Amino acid sequence: MAERFAVVAEGLRKRYGDHYALNGFDLTVKEGTVCGLLGPNGAGKTTAVRILATLLRFDEGRAQVAGLDVTTRYREVKRRIGLVGQHAAVDEILSGRQNLEMFGRLFHLTPKRARVRADELLEHFGLTDAAGRPAKTYSGGMRRRLDIAASMILSPQVLFLDEPTTGLDPRSRSEVWQAVRDMVATGTSVLLTTQYLDEADQLADRISVINHGSVIAEGTPGQLKSRLGGDRIDVVLHSVADLPHAAELAGKVAGTDAEIDTDDRRVSVQVTDRVTALVDMAQALKTAEIDIEDIALRRPTLDEVFLALTEKEAA
Amino acid sequence: MRWALADTWTITRRDLIHWTREPGSVLFGLFFTIMIALIFGYLLGGAMNVPGGGDYKQFLMPGMFAMNMLFGIGATMTAIAQDLTKGVTDRFRSMPMSPAAVLLGRSLADMIDSVLLLAVLVGCGLFMGWHSDGSPGDTALAFALLLLVRFAFIWVGIFCGLMASNQAMVTAIQTMEFPIGFLSSAFIPTSTMPSWLGAISEWNPLSSTVTAIRELFGNPGVTSDSWITQHALLMAVVWPVVLLAIFFPLAVRRYRRLSR
Repeated sequence: MAERFAVVAEGLRKRYGDHYALNGFDLTVKEGTVCGLLGPNGAGKTTAVRILATLLRFDEGRAQVAGLDVTTRYREVKRRIGLVGQHAAVDEILSGRQNLEMFGRLFHLTPKRARVRADELLEHFGLTDAAGRPAKTYSGGMRRRLDIAASMILSPQVLFLDEPTTGLDPRSRSEVWQAVRDMVATGTSVLLTTQYLDEADQLADRISVINHGSVIAEGTPGQLKSRLGGDRIDVVLHSVADLPHAAELAGKVAGTDAEIDTDDRRVSVQVTDRVTALVDMAQALKTAEIDIEDIALRRPTLDEVFLALTEKEAA
Repeated sequence: MRWALADTWTITRRDLIHWTREPGSVLFGLFFTIMIALIFGYLLGGAMNVPGGGDYKQFLMPGMFAMNMLFGIGATMTAIAQDLTKGVTDRFRSMPMSPAAVLLGRSLADMIDSVLLLAVLVGCGLFMGWHSDGSPGDTALAFALLLLVRFAFIWVGIFCGLMASNQAMVTAIQTMEFPIGFLSSAFIPTSTMPSWLGAISEWNPLSSTVTAIRELFGNPGVTSDSWITQHALLMAVVWPVVLLAIFFPLAVRRYRRLSR
Protein backbone atom coordinates (compact mmCIF):
# COMPACT_ATOMS: atom_id res chain seq x y z
CA MET A 1 0.00 0.00 0.00
CA ALA A 2 1.22 3.47 -0.83
CA GLU A 3 2.30 5.60 2.10
CA ARG A 4 -0.26 8.14 3.22
CA PHE A 5 0.66 11.71 3.87
CA ALA A 6 -0.78 14.08 6.42
CA VAL A 7 0.73 17.07 4.67
CA VAL A 8 1.93 17.55 1.13
CA ALA A 9 3.22 20.88 -0.15
CA GLU A 10 4.66 21.24 -3.62
CA GLY A 11 6.34 24.32 -5.00
CA LEU A 12 4.48 26.75 -2.73
CA ARG A 13 5.09 30.41 -3.45
CA LYS A 14 3.80 33.30 -1.42
CA ARG A 15 4.73 36.80 -2.46
CA TYR A 16 4.48 40.05 -0.50
CA GLY A 17 5.39 42.85 -2.86
CA ASP A 18 8.87 42.05 -4.18
CA HIS A 19 9.61 39.62 -1.41
CA TYR A 20 8.88 35.90 -1.50
CA ALA A 21 7.94 34.65 1.97
CA LEU A 22 7.82 31.19 0.45
CA ASN A 23 9.71 30.43 -2.72
CA GLY A 24 9.25 26.91 -4.00
CA PHE A 25 8.48 25.33 -0.64
CA ASP A 26 8.23 21.52 -0.67
CA LEU A 27 7.27 19.40 2.31
CA THR A 28 5.77 16.01 3.06
CA VAL A 29 4.70 14.73 6.45
CA LYS A 30 3.89 11.04 6.73
CA GLU A 31 0.78 10.11 8.67
CA GLY A 32 1.38 9.50 12.34
CA THR A 33 4.78 11.21 12.41
CA VAL A 34 6.17 14.48 13.70
CA CYS A 35 7.89 16.74 11.21
CA GLY A 36 10.02 19.56 12.54
CA LEU A 37 10.30 22.66 10.41
CA LEU A 38 13.49 24.30 11.58
CA GLY A 39 14.64 27.75 10.59
CA PRO A 40 15.65 31.21 11.73
CA ASN A 41 13.24 34.12 12.16
CA GLY A 42 11.81 35.24 8.88
CA ALA A 43 12.67 32.00 7.07
CA GLY A 44 9.01 31.38 6.18
CA LYS A 45 8.03 28.84 8.86
CA THR A 46 4.97 30.70 10.04
CA THR A 47 3.88 31.53 6.50
CA ALA A 48 4.03 27.83 5.63
CA VAL A 49 1.97 26.85 8.68
CA ARG A 50 -0.58 29.59 8.07
CA ILE A 51 -1.06 28.43 4.49
CA LEU A 52 -1.46 24.79 5.47
CA ALA A 53 -3.87 25.72 8.29
CA THR A 54 -6.13 27.54 5.78
CA LEU A 55 -5.38 30.99 7.23
CA LEU A 56 -3.46 32.31 4.26
CA ARG A 57 -3.82 32.01 0.51
CA PHE A 58 -0.79 31.31 -1.65
CA ASP A 59 0.20 32.38 -5.14
CA GLU A 60 1.57 29.21 -6.71
CA GLY A 61 1.94 25.53 -5.98
CA ARG A 62 -0.19 22.83 -4.41
CA ALA A 63 -1.01 22.04 -0.81
CA GLN A 64 -2.85 19.06 0.66
CA VAL A 65 -3.70 18.42 4.27
CA ALA A 66 -5.26 15.12 5.39
CA GLY A 67 -5.50 14.23 1.70
CA LEU A 68 -7.62 17.30 0.89
CA ASP A 69 -6.70 20.28 -1.24
CA VAL A 70 -6.26 23.29 1.04
CA THR A 71 -7.55 25.79 -1.53
CA THR A 72 -10.68 24.07 -2.77
CA ARG A 73 -11.70 21.95 0.21
CA TYR A 74 -10.69 24.24 3.04
CA ARG A 75 -13.95 23.70 4.91
CA GLU A 76 -13.26 19.99 5.26
CA VAL A 77 -9.62 20.69 6.06
CA LYS A 78 -10.66 22.91 8.98
CA ARG A 79 -12.48 19.94 10.56
CA ARG A 80 -9.35 17.82 10.43
CA ILE A 81 -6.71 20.19 11.74
CA GLY A 82 -5.72 21.84 14.97
CA LEU A 83 -3.67 25.00 15.09
CA VAL A 84 -1.50 26.18 17.93
CA GLY A 85 -0.06 29.54 16.99
CA GLN A 86 2.81 31.52 18.44
CA HIS A 87 0.68 33.08 21.16
CA ALA A 88 -1.51 31.06 23.50
CA ALA A 89 -4.78 31.82 21.72
CA VAL A 90 -7.14 31.46 24.64
CA ASP A 91 -9.50 33.91 26.27
CA GLU A 92 -7.69 35.11 29.37
CA ILE A 93 -10.76 36.11 31.35
CA LEU A 94 -12.65 32.86 30.83
CA SER A 95 -11.67 29.88 32.93
CA GLY A 96 -9.91 26.92 31.36
CA ARG A 97 -13.16 24.98 31.26
CA GLN A 98 -15.14 27.90 29.83
CA ASN A 99 -12.52 28.31 27.10
CA LEU A 100 -12.76 24.67 26.08
CA GLU A 101 -16.57 24.74 26.20
CA MET A 102 -16.66 27.86 24.03
CA PHE A 103 -14.30 26.38 21.45
CA GLY A 104 -16.22 23.09 21.61
CA ARG A 105 -19.45 24.93 20.81
CA LEU A 106 -17.70 26.66 17.92
CA PHE A 107 -16.61 23.23 16.68
CA HIS A 108 -20.38 22.55 16.71
CA LEU A 109 -20.48 20.07 19.55
CA THR A 110 -23.75 20.00 21.49
CA PRO A 111 -23.61 21.87 24.83
CA LYS A 112 -23.50 18.56 26.69
CA ARG A 113 -20.84 17.05 24.43
CA ALA A 114 -18.79 20.26 24.69
CA ARG A 115 -18.87 19.99 28.49
CA VAL A 116 -17.87 16.34 28.50
CA ARG A 117 -15.08 16.95 26.00
CA ALA A 118 -13.81 19.91 28.02
CA ASP A 119 -13.56 17.72 31.12
CA GLU A 120 -11.78 14.96 29.19
CA LEU A 121 -9.21 17.38 27.82
CA LEU A 122 -8.67 19.14 31.16
CA GLU A 123 -8.00 15.75 32.69
CA HIS A 124 -5.73 14.67 29.84
CA PHE A 125 -3.63 17.83 29.95
CA GLY A 126 -3.43 17.92 33.74
CA LEU A 127 -5.52 21.07 34.13
CA THR A 128 -8.45 19.70 36.13
CA ASP A 129 -7.37 21.44 39.34
CA ALA A 130 -7.08 24.79 37.57
CA ALA A 131 -10.22 24.32 35.45
CA GLY A 132 -12.23 26.99 37.22
CA ARG A 133 -9.55 29.65 37.33
CA PRO A 134 -9.26 32.38 34.69
CA ALA A 135 -6.65 31.50 32.06
CA LYS A 136 -4.67 34.63 32.84
CA THR A 137 -3.70 33.17 36.21
CA TYR A 138 -2.11 30.15 34.50
CA SER A 139 1.64 29.71 34.11
CA GLY A 140 3.06 29.91 30.60
CA GLY A 141 3.22 26.15 30.32
CA MET A 142 -0.35 25.68 31.58
CA ARG A 143 -1.66 28.28 29.16
CA ARG A 144 0.16 26.51 26.35
CA ARG A 145 -1.36 23.20 27.39
CA LEU A 146 -4.82 24.75 27.46
CA ASP A 147 -4.08 26.15 24.02
CA ILE A 148 -3.10 22.71 22.74
CA ALA A 149 -6.16 21.18 24.42
CA ALA A 150 -8.39 23.65 22.56
CA SER A 151 -6.85 22.56 19.27
CA MET A 152 -7.47 18.89 20.14
CA ILE A 153 -11.23 19.18 20.70
CA LEU A 154 -12.14 17.32 17.50
CA SER A 155 -9.11 14.97 17.80
CA PRO A 156 -7.68 16.34 14.56
CA GLN A 157 -5.70 14.20 12.14
CA VAL A 158 -3.10 16.90 11.71
CA LEU A 159 -1.85 19.33 14.32
CA PHE A 160 0.15 22.45 13.49
CA LEU A 161 2.35 23.81 16.25
CA ASP A 162 4.01 27.12 15.46
CA GLU A 163 6.95 27.63 17.82
CA PRO A 164 5.07 26.10 20.75
CA THR A 165 7.78 26.68 23.35
CA THR A 166 9.18 30.07 22.38
CA GLY A 167 9.34 32.20 25.50
CA LEU A 168 8.70 29.34 27.92
CA ASP A 169 10.95 28.38 30.82
CA PRO A 170 12.67 24.96 30.69
CA ARG A 171 10.09 23.27 32.91
CA SER A 172 7.18 24.54 30.83
CA ARG A 173 9.00 23.45 27.69
CA SER A 174 9.26 19.87 28.85
CA GLU A 175 5.57 19.95 29.86
CA VAL A 176 4.66 21.00 26.34
CA TRP A 177 6.96 18.40 24.83
CA GLN A 178 5.28 15.69 26.87
CA ALA A 179 1.86 16.91 25.72
CA VAL A 180 3.00 16.70 22.10
CA ARG A 181 4.38 13.17 22.59
CA ASP A 182 1.07 12.08 24.13
CA MET A 183 -0.83 13.33 21.12
CA VAL A 184 1.44 11.62 18.65
CA ALA A 185 0.90 8.40 20.59
CA THR A 186 -2.82 8.67 19.78
CA GLY A 187 -2.07 8.85 16.06
CA THR A 188 -2.12 12.58 15.38
CA SER A 189 0.36 13.79 12.77
CA VAL A 190 2.25 16.92 13.77
CA LEU A 191 3.97 19.69 11.88
CA LEU A 192 6.05 21.66 14.34
CA THR A 193 8.04 24.80 13.64
CA THR A 194 10.89 25.73 15.89
CA GLN A 195 14.04 27.79 16.12
CA TYR A 196 15.57 25.31 18.51
CA LEU A 197 17.60 22.40 17.25
CA ASP A 198 17.14 20.49 20.50
CA GLU A 199 13.35 20.84 20.29
CA ALA A 200 13.30 19.37 16.80
CA ASP A 201 15.72 16.70 18.02
CA GLN A 202 13.46 15.82 20.97
CA LEU A 203 10.19 15.62 19.11
CA ALA A 204 10.61 15.18 15.39
CA ASP A 205 10.90 12.00 13.35
CA ARG A 206 12.09 14.06 10.43
CA ILE A 207 13.36 17.61 10.16
CA SER A 208 13.15 20.02 7.26
CA VAL A 209 15.45 23.02 7.45
CA ILE A 210 13.96 26.13 5.88
CA ASN A 211 15.72 29.31 4.87
CA HIS A 212 14.60 32.15 2.59
CA GLY A 213 11.27 30.47 1.92
CA SER A 214 12.42 27.06 0.77
CA VAL A 215 13.60 23.81 2.32
CA ILE A 216 17.37 23.51 2.08
CA ALA A 217 17.89 20.22 3.89
CA GLU A 218 15.72 17.34 5.01
CA GLY A 219 16.19 14.13 6.95
CA THR A 220 16.07 12.43 10.33
CA PRO A 221 17.72 14.39 13.15
CA GLY A 222 20.65 11.94 13.07
CA GLN A 223 21.13 12.24 9.32
CA LEU A 224 21.05 16.01 9.45
CA LYS A 225 23.54 16.23 12.26
CA SER A 226 26.11 14.08 10.54
CA ARG A 227 25.51 15.97 7.30
CA LEU A 228 26.10 19.17 9.17
CA GLY A 229 29.52 17.99 10.23
CA GLY A 230 28.70 16.52 13.61
CA ASP A 231 30.39 17.56 16.82
CA ARG A 232 33.21 19.91 17.60
CA ILE A 233 36.00 19.89 20.12
CA ASP A 234 36.94 23.21 21.72
CA VAL A 235 40.28 23.56 23.49
CA VAL A 236 41.05 26.65 25.57
CA LEU A 237 44.77 27.21 26.21
CA HIS A 238 46.73 28.97 28.94
CA SER A 239 49.02 30.78 26.60
CA VAL A 240 48.34 32.45 23.26
CA ALA A 241 51.80 31.41 22.08
CA ASP A 242 50.73 27.76 22.03
CA LEU A 243 47.76 28.37 19.70
CA PRO A 244 49.45 27.55 16.35
CA HIS A 245 51.00 24.36 17.68
CA ALA A 246 47.75 23.25 19.28
CA ALA A 247 45.83 23.97 16.08
CA GLU A 248 48.28 21.88 14.11
CA LEU A 249 47.87 18.94 16.50
CA ALA A 250 44.10 19.30 16.54
CA GLY A 251 44.02 19.34 12.75
CA LYS A 252 46.06 16.16 12.65
CA VAL A 253 43.79 14.35 15.10
CA ALA A 254 40.56 15.45 13.42
CA GLY A 255 41.77 15.27 9.85
CA THR A 256 40.37 18.73 9.10
CA ASP A 257 41.64 22.27 9.59
CA ALA A 258 41.17 23.73 13.06
CA GLU A 259 39.97 27.27 13.66
CA ILE A 260 41.84 29.62 16.00
CA ASP A 261 40.18 32.27 18.14
CA THR A 262 43.01 34.41 19.56
CA ASP A 263 40.81 36.55 21.83
CA ASP A 264 39.46 33.53 23.67
CA ARG A 265 42.74 31.54 23.30
CA ARG A 266 40.64 28.80 21.73
CA VAL A 267 41.19 26.16 19.09
CA SER A 268 38.07 24.62 17.63
CA VAL A 269 37.84 21.65 15.30
CA GLN A 270 35.12 19.52 13.76
CA VAL A 271 35.25 15.81 14.56
CA THR A 272 33.38 12.75 13.35
CA ASP A 273 34.22 10.01 15.84
CA ARG A 274 33.50 12.02 18.96
CA VAL A 275 34.89 10.09 21.90
CA THR A 276 37.99 8.71 20.17
CA ALA A 277 38.79 12.16 18.91
CA LEU A 278 38.48 13.64 22.38
CA VAL A 279 40.80 11.05 23.92
CA ASP A 280 43.34 11.39 21.10
CA MET A 281 43.25 15.15 21.34
CA ALA A 282 43.88 15.18 25.08
CA GLN A 283 46.73 12.70 24.61
CA ALA A 284 48.34 14.67 21.81
CA LEU A 285 48.21 17.92 23.77
CA LYS A 286 49.66 16.25 26.85
CA THR A 287 52.51 14.70 24.87
CA ALA A 288 53.31 18.10 23.35
CA GLU A 289 53.26 19.57 26.89
CA ILE A 290 50.75 22.27 26.00
CA ASP A 291 48.92 23.63 29.06
CA ILE A 292 45.17 23.64 28.62
CA GLU A 293 42.46 25.35 30.67
CA ASP A 294 39.50 23.54 29.23
CA ILE A 295 38.65 20.91 26.68
CA ALA A 296 35.09 20.16 25.66
CA LEU A 297 33.10 18.14 23.20
CA ARG A 298 30.02 19.93 22.00
CA ARG A 299 27.21 19.64 19.48
CA PRO A 300 27.06 22.15 16.68
CA THR A 301 24.99 25.16 17.65
CA LEU A 302 22.08 26.20 15.50
CA ASP A 303 24.16 29.11 14.22
CA GLU A 304 26.78 26.71 12.96
CA VAL A 305 24.12 24.50 11.41
CA PHE A 306 22.70 27.37 9.45
CA LEU A 307 26.08 28.70 8.55
CA ALA A 308 27.05 25.28 7.23
CA LEU A 309 23.80 24.86 5.30
CA THR A 310 23.62 28.33 3.88
CA GLU A 311 27.27 28.15 2.83
CA LYS A 312 26.44 24.96 1.00
CA GLU A 313 23.44 26.68 -0.52
CA ALA A 314 25.54 29.60 -1.73
CA ALA A 315 28.28 27.36 -3.16
CA MET B 1 -27.06 29.70 8.30
CA ARG B 2 -28.22 27.94 11.44
CA TRP B 3 -24.59 27.65 12.49
CA ALA B 4 -23.96 31.30 11.69
CA LEU B 5 -26.57 32.25 14.31
CA ALA B 6 -25.43 29.64 16.81
CA ASP B 7 -21.77 30.65 16.41
CA THR B 8 -22.63 34.34 16.68
CA TRP B 9 -24.42 33.66 19.93
CA THR B 10 -21.46 31.64 21.26
CA ILE B 11 -19.13 34.56 20.54
CA THR B 12 -21.60 37.00 22.12
CA ARG B 13 -21.94 34.81 25.18
CA ARG B 14 -18.20 34.90 25.61
CA ASP B 15 -18.50 38.62 26.36
CA LEU B 16 -21.48 38.18 28.62
CA ILE B 17 -19.40 35.69 30.61
CA HIS B 18 -16.62 38.30 30.77
CA TRP B 19 -18.99 40.59 32.68
CA THR B 20 -19.95 37.94 35.17
CA ARG B 21 -16.31 36.97 35.72
CA GLU B 22 -14.95 40.48 35.90
CA PRO B 23 -17.77 42.70 37.08
CA GLY B 24 -15.13 45.13 38.34
CA SER B 25 -14.19 46.40 34.89
CA VAL B 26 -17.85 46.80 33.94
CA LEU B 27 -18.59 48.68 37.14
CA PHE B 28 -15.55 50.88 36.67
CA GLY B 29 -16.77 51.80 33.18
CA LEU B 30 -20.18 52.69 34.58
CA PHE B 31 -18.63 54.62 37.46
CA PHE B 32 -16.56 56.66 35.01
CA THR B 33 -19.61 57.42 32.90
CA ILE B 34 -21.68 58.48 35.90
CA MET B 35 -18.81 60.58 37.24
CA ILE B 36 -18.55 62.49 33.96
CA ALA B 37 -22.30 63.09 34.02
CA LEU B 38 -22.10 64.39 37.59
CA ILE B 39 -19.07 66.61 36.86
CA PHE B 40 -20.80 68.22 33.90
CA GLY B 41 -24.18 68.39 35.59
CA TYR B 42 -23.12 69.86 38.93
CA LEU B 43 -19.62 71.34 38.50
CA LEU B 44 -19.45 72.74 34.99
CA GLY B 45 -23.21 73.02 34.62
CA GLY B 46 -23.43 76.06 36.86
CA ALA B 47 -21.35 78.10 34.42
CA MET B 48 -23.28 77.00 31.36
CA ASN B 49 -26.08 78.97 29.79
CA VAL B 50 -28.46 77.09 27.57
CA PRO B 51 -29.42 79.29 24.60
CA GLY B 52 -33.14 79.98 24.65
CA GLY B 53 -33.16 79.29 28.37
CA GLY B 54 -33.66 76.06 30.26
CA ASP B 55 -31.90 73.85 32.75
CA TYR B 56 -28.39 72.73 31.74
CA LYS B 57 -29.03 69.24 33.08
CA GLN B 58 -31.96 68.89 30.67
CA PHE B 59 -29.59 70.00 27.91
CA LEU B 60 -26.74 67.79 29.08
CA MET B 61 -28.26 64.34 29.37
CA PRO B 62 -29.02 63.77 25.66
CA GLY B 63 -25.41 64.80 25.01
CA MET B 64 -24.18 62.34 27.64
CA PHE B 65 -26.22 59.53 26.08
CA ALA B 66 -24.78 60.21 22.63
CA MET B 67 -21.23 60.73 23.90
CA ASN B 68 -21.29 57.28 25.47
CA MET B 69 -22.42 55.77 22.19
CA LEU B 70 -19.31 57.34 20.64
CA PHE B 71 -17.01 56.19 23.43
CA GLY B 72 -18.07 52.62 22.72
CA ILE B 73 -15.77 52.72 19.68
CA GLY B 74 -12.77 52.36 21.97
CA ALA B 75 -14.08 49.23 23.69
CA THR B 76 -15.03 47.57 20.40
CA MET B 77 -11.71 48.42 18.84
CA THR B 78 -9.70 47.18 21.82
CA ALA B 79 -11.52 43.85 21.92
CA ILE B 80 -11.05 43.25 18.19
CA ALA B 81 -7.38 44.28 18.23
CA GLN B 82 -6.61 42.11 21.27
CA ASP B 83 -8.11 39.02 19.69
CA LEU B 84 -6.02 39.69 16.61
CA THR B 85 -2.70 40.15 18.38
CA LYS B 86 -3.26 37.25 20.78
CA GLY B 87 -4.00 34.84 17.95
CA VAL B 88 -7.59 34.20 19.07
CA THR B 89 -8.88 35.44 15.72
CA ASP B 90 -6.53 33.05 13.94
CA ARG B 91 -7.82 30.19 16.05
CA PHE B 92 -11.41 31.11 15.10
CA ARG B 93 -10.42 31.31 11.45
CA SER B 94 -8.75 27.90 11.53
CA MET B 95 -11.95 26.36 12.89
CA PRO B 96 -14.95 25.09 10.91
CA MET B 97 -17.16 27.82 12.39
CA SER B 98 -19.08 30.48 10.51
CA PRO B 99 -16.60 33.22 9.51
CA ALA B 100 -19.31 35.88 9.82
CA ALA B 101 -19.91 34.99 13.46
CA VAL B 102 -16.65 36.48 14.71
CA LEU B 103 -17.62 40.04 13.79
CA LEU B 104 -21.37 39.64 14.21
CA GLY B 105 -20.90 38.20 17.68
CA ARG B 106 -18.76 41.17 18.64
CA SER B 107 -21.33 43.67 17.35
CA LEU B 108 -24.18 41.90 19.16
CA ALA B 109 -22.26 41.78 22.44
CA ASP B 110 -21.47 45.48 22.18
CA MET B 111 -25.10 46.30 21.43
CA ILE B 112 -26.20 44.47 24.57
CA ASP B 113 -23.50 46.35 26.46
CA SER B 114 -24.85 49.64 25.11
CA VAL B 115 -28.40 48.91 26.16
CA LEU B 116 -27.16 48.21 29.68
CA LEU B 117 -25.08 51.36 29.70
CA LEU B 118 -27.99 53.47 28.45
CA ALA B 119 -30.26 52.07 31.14
CA VAL B 120 -27.77 53.03 33.85
CA LEU B 121 -27.27 56.49 32.35
CA VAL B 122 -31.00 57.08 32.17
CA GLY B 123 -31.24 56.12 35.82
CA CYS B 124 -28.43 58.54 36.63
CA GLY B 125 -30.14 61.27 34.58
CA LEU B 126 -33.48 60.75 36.34
CA PHE B 127 -31.66 60.99 39.65
CA MET B 128 -30.16 64.31 38.57
CA GLY B 129 -33.57 65.62 37.60
CA TRP B 130 -33.50 64.98 33.86
CA HIS B 131 -36.74 63.85 32.26
CA SER B 132 -38.26 63.38 28.87
CA ASP B 133 -41.20 65.62 28.03
CA GLY B 134 -41.78 63.78 24.79
CA SER B 135 -44.51 61.22 24.20
CA PRO B 136 -43.64 57.58 24.98
CA GLY B 137 -43.36 57.00 21.23
CA ASP B 138 -40.95 59.90 20.74
CA THR B 139 -38.93 58.85 23.76
CA ALA B 140 -38.64 55.31 22.43
CA LEU B 141 -37.65 56.66 19.02
CA ALA B 142 -34.93 58.75 20.66
CA PHE B 143 -33.40 55.66 22.30
CA ALA B 144 -33.69 53.78 19.01
CA LEU B 145 -31.72 56.58 17.31
CA LEU B 146 -29.03 56.30 20.01
CA LEU B 147 -28.71 52.57 19.46
CA LEU B 148 -28.66 53.08 15.71
CA VAL B 149 -25.72 55.44 15.92
CA ARG B 150 -24.03 53.05 18.37
CA PHE B 151 -24.46 50.23 15.87
CA ALA B 152 -22.75 52.36 13.22
CA PHE B 153 -19.95 53.24 15.65
CA ILE B 154 -19.47 49.55 16.46
CA TRP B 155 -18.58 48.89 12.84
CA VAL B 156 -16.26 51.89 12.81
CA GLY B 157 -14.63 50.34 15.87
CA ILE B 158 -14.43 46.87 14.30
CA PHE B 159 -12.76 48.31 11.21
CA CYS B 160 -10.30 50.38 13.25
CA GLY B 161 -9.56 47.37 15.46
CA LEU B 162 -8.81 45.22 12.42
CA MET B 163 -6.53 47.94 11.03
CA ALA B 164 -4.67 48.66 14.26
CA SER B 165 -1.49 46.62 14.33
CA ASN B 166 -0.64 47.37 17.96
CA GLN B 167 -1.96 48.75 21.22
CA ALA B 168 -0.33 52.14 20.62
CA MET B 169 -2.47 52.63 17.52
CA VAL B 170 -5.59 51.61 19.42
CA THR B 171 -4.81 54.17 22.11
CA ALA B 172 -4.09 56.84 19.50
CA ILE B 173 -7.43 56.29 17.79
CA GLN B 174 -9.18 56.14 21.14
CA THR B 175 -7.76 59.55 22.08
CA MET B 176 -9.52 60.98 19.02
CA GLU B 177 -12.87 60.25 20.65
CA PHE B 178 -12.50 63.28 22.89
CA PRO B 179 -12.07 66.00 20.26
CA ILE B 180 -14.73 64.33 18.10
CA GLY B 181 -17.08 64.17 21.06
CA PHE B 182 -16.49 67.76 22.17
CA LEU B 183 -16.64 69.13 18.63
CA SER B 184 -20.36 68.53 18.67
CA SER B 185 -23.45 69.89 20.31
CA ALA B 186 -23.26 67.19 23.02
CA PHE B 187 -22.06 69.36 25.94
CA ILE B 188 -21.75 72.86 24.58
CA PRO B 189 -24.33 74.78 22.56
CA THR B 190 -22.82 75.34 19.11
CA SER B 191 -24.08 78.93 19.11
CA THR B 192 -21.43 79.76 21.74
CA MET B 193 -18.58 78.56 19.49
CA PRO B 194 -16.77 80.63 16.83
CA SER B 195 -19.01 80.39 13.78
CA TRP B 196 -16.68 78.19 11.70
CA LEU B 197 -16.20 75.79 14.63
CA GLY B 198 -19.91 75.82 15.28
CA ALA B 199 -20.55 74.84 11.67
CA ILE B 200 -18.08 71.92 11.90
CA SER B 201 -19.69 70.83 15.17
CA GLU B 202 -23.17 70.93 13.71
CA TRP B 203 -22.08 68.71 10.82
CA ASN B 204 -20.57 66.21 13.24
CA PRO B 205 -22.75 63.07 12.91
CA LEU B 206 -22.95 62.95 16.69
CA SER B 207 -24.63 66.39 16.74
CA SER B 208 -27.45 65.23 14.50
CA THR B 209 -28.29 62.44 16.92
CA VAL B 210 -27.99 64.77 19.91
CA THR B 211 -30.19 67.44 18.35
CA ALA B 212 -32.75 64.91 17.18
CA ILE B 213 -33.11 63.29 20.59
CA ARG B 214 -33.25 66.69 22.32
CA GLU B 215 -36.23 67.47 20.15
CA LEU B 216 -37.80 64.07 20.77
CA PHE B 217 -37.25 64.30 24.53
CA GLY B 218 -38.48 67.90 24.47
CA ASN B 219 -35.20 69.02 26.07
CA PRO B 220 -33.97 72.59 25.56
CA GLY B 221 -31.04 73.97 23.60
CA VAL B 222 -31.97 73.52 19.94
CA THR B 223 -31.80 77.05 18.58
CA SER B 224 -29.64 77.01 15.45
CA ASP B 225 -31.56 77.53 12.22
CA SER B 226 -28.93 75.95 9.96
CA TRP B 227 -30.11 73.31 7.48
CA ILE B 228 -28.31 70.50 9.31
CA THR B 229 -29.95 71.37 12.61
CA GLN B 230 -33.38 71.83 11.08
CA HIS B 231 -33.13 68.36 9.56
CA ALA B 232 -31.61 66.70 12.61
CA LEU B 233 -34.15 63.88 12.79
CA LEU B 234 -33.54 62.92 9.17
CA MET B 235 -29.78 63.23 9.57
CA ALA B 236 -29.82 61.16 12.77
CA VAL B 237 -30.89 58.31 10.50
CA VAL B 238 -28.84 59.26 7.43
CA TRP B 239 -25.48 59.65 9.21
CA PRO B 240 -25.48 56.21 10.85
CA VAL B 241 -26.67 54.61 7.62
CA VAL B 242 -23.87 56.34 5.70
CA LEU B 243 -21.31 55.30 8.32
CA LEU B 244 -22.58 51.73 8.13
CA ALA B 245 -22.54 51.79 4.33
CA ILE B 246 -18.87 52.77 4.50
CA PHE B 247 -17.51 50.86 7.48
CA PHE B 248 -19.47 47.60 7.36
CA PRO B 249 -18.11 46.63 3.92
CA LEU B 250 -14.66 47.95 4.85
CA ALA B 251 -14.60 45.84 8.01
CA VAL B 252 -15.78 42.72 6.18
CA ARG B 253 -13.24 43.27 3.42
CA ARG B 254 -10.46 43.81 5.93
CA TYR B 255 -11.44 40.64 7.78
CA ARG B 256 -11.39 38.64 4.55
CA ARG B 257 -8.02 40.15 3.70
CA LEU B 258 -6.49 38.64 6.79
CA SER B 259 -5.93 35.64 4.52
CA ARG B 260 -3.77 37.59 2.07
